[in-house]
Amino acid sequence: MDYSPLLLSLKVAAISTFFVFLAGVFIAYLLAKRDFFGKSILEALFLLPLVLPPTVVGFGLLILFGKKGWIGSWLVEWFDFQIVFTWIGAVIASIVVSFPLMYQSAAAAFESLDERLSNAARTMGASEWRVFWSVVFPLAWPGLLAGLVLSFARGLGEFGATLMLAGYIPGKTDTIPMAIYFAVESGQMEKATFWVVIIIVFGFSLILWVNWWSKRNIRRFTRS
Amino acid sequence: MKRFLLMVLFAVLSIMLVGCSDSTGPKKTDGTDQETPVVDKPAEEVELLISAAASLTDALEDLKATYEEEHEGVKLTYNFGSSGKLATNIENGAPSDVFLSASSKDMNDMEEKGLIRDGTRKDFTSNVLVLIAHKDSNSTIDSFKAIDPEKVDHFAVGEPESVPVGRYTKETFENLNLWEPLQNKLVMGSDVRQVLTHVEMGNADLGIVYSSDAFVSDDVKVLAESNPEWHAPIVYPGAVVEASKHREAAQNFLDYLTSDAGKEVLQKFGFK
Repeated sequence: MDYSPLLLSLKVAAISTFFVFLAGVFIAYLLAKRDFFGKSILEALFLLPLVLPPTVVGFGLLILFGKKGWIGSWLVEWFDFQIVFTWIGAVIASIVVSFPLMYQSAAAAFESLDERLSNAARTMGASEWRVFWSVVFPLAWPGLLAGLVLSFARGLGEFGATLMLAGYIPGKTDTIPMAIYFAVESGQMEKATFWVVIIIVFGFSLILWVNWWSKRNIRRFTRS
Repeated sequence: MKRFLLMVLFAVLSIMLVGCSDSTGPKKTDGTDQETPVVDKPAEEVELLISAAASLTDALEDLKATYEEEHEGVKLTYNFGSSGKLATNIENGAPSDVFLSASSKDMNDMEEKGLIRDGTRKDFTSNVLVLIAHKDSNSTIDSFKAIDPEKVDHFAVGEPESVPVGRYTKETFENLNLWEPLQNKLVMGSDVRQVLTHVEMGNADLGIVYSSDAFVSDDVKVLAESNPEWHAPIVYPGAVVEASKHREAAQNFLDYLTSDAGKEVLQKFGFK
């Protein structure tokens, strides 16, 4: 049995979650308490990958990052760097499909914060940076954590767009969902079952752990 | 805490939404419920229901008008899908008069189960594998044997365990001792059209598809044809379905495919 899909899936999901968390929190905070012309259009654009079929997302990514794509051709020409058919392609596909989950969670978390708490900190001379880290971030953390976990889970399960952008190269870009898909298609039910069990056990323990951990920490926050 | 739970709930719902689109996206319509069985039509008006492999789509659509003109009172209705799925539909009682399969395996299964009429099965056309590259490619390869694994970045093929074209490709490469050296460079498509797309968009340097698929694409060029000795024959078996109510008309259609006129249309679309 080849265990490389497990390691690859974890690597892809972890890296994509890292970027999605940074970008999601940053953008959501930037837009949270602001209202400007075109904000709803911008938000709809962010959430689009959530409602589009993964094959459409994959096709869009190919147009952008393919060897002859808008960004892809430029990368190949200047850096001799190819995204399509590499594990980095899988990371990009995961980022695009899990960003909406992170953005939505973060936006909801920031939106529900009491603005007066931040203002109180400002009256005491705290810089914007300090306000964010000492007031906003801890208060929004439960919502951010929910987004983080879901982004990771979504990245772990991403299939449609990944198959198109990263391709299926056994030993190189075969994530767990791809291993499952091709095992089922070719009637290798034992192999498919093995990976299905792995991904269920993994996802289940992850959510269990996060729930336990956040409960403990929320209690600590509310006490102090 | 409540807020956290609410957020998780919202996000789980969002994931389910994505999950739904996942499962409905790539599904092909099998079209069985669009067809109505012909029961009360007058004897001279026959609607012939033809279940055909997806790769035959363009050729059969092209042939429809001429056939209906030449055979007055016969109307052709197609149901395209993967051979395996069509076989399952027919087994489950979907109305059908003619079954045109892209794989001998599915036809063998049908024959064993007695779902097709004895003595009507025949291979009506065949296909060959072709080596393709993007139309702008400056590749100088002119035969399968000239493929140099060192000079290839990505080679698009069908997944050999589940996609027929992948199985034929693997047989060919094993015969030419290319399968091992090309490992790690083989991008495996989930169907033949995906293999074609990888080459069309210029992401894979080379690819192997059926000649009929290469034919319908304007963005690829054929570099070489495979030698039929390298792989099992790629034949398309057709037969009259046992449950058909229009056996004679069905047999006529099957005969037409192997006639000169039928052959001409099929060859026009890259079949042999």
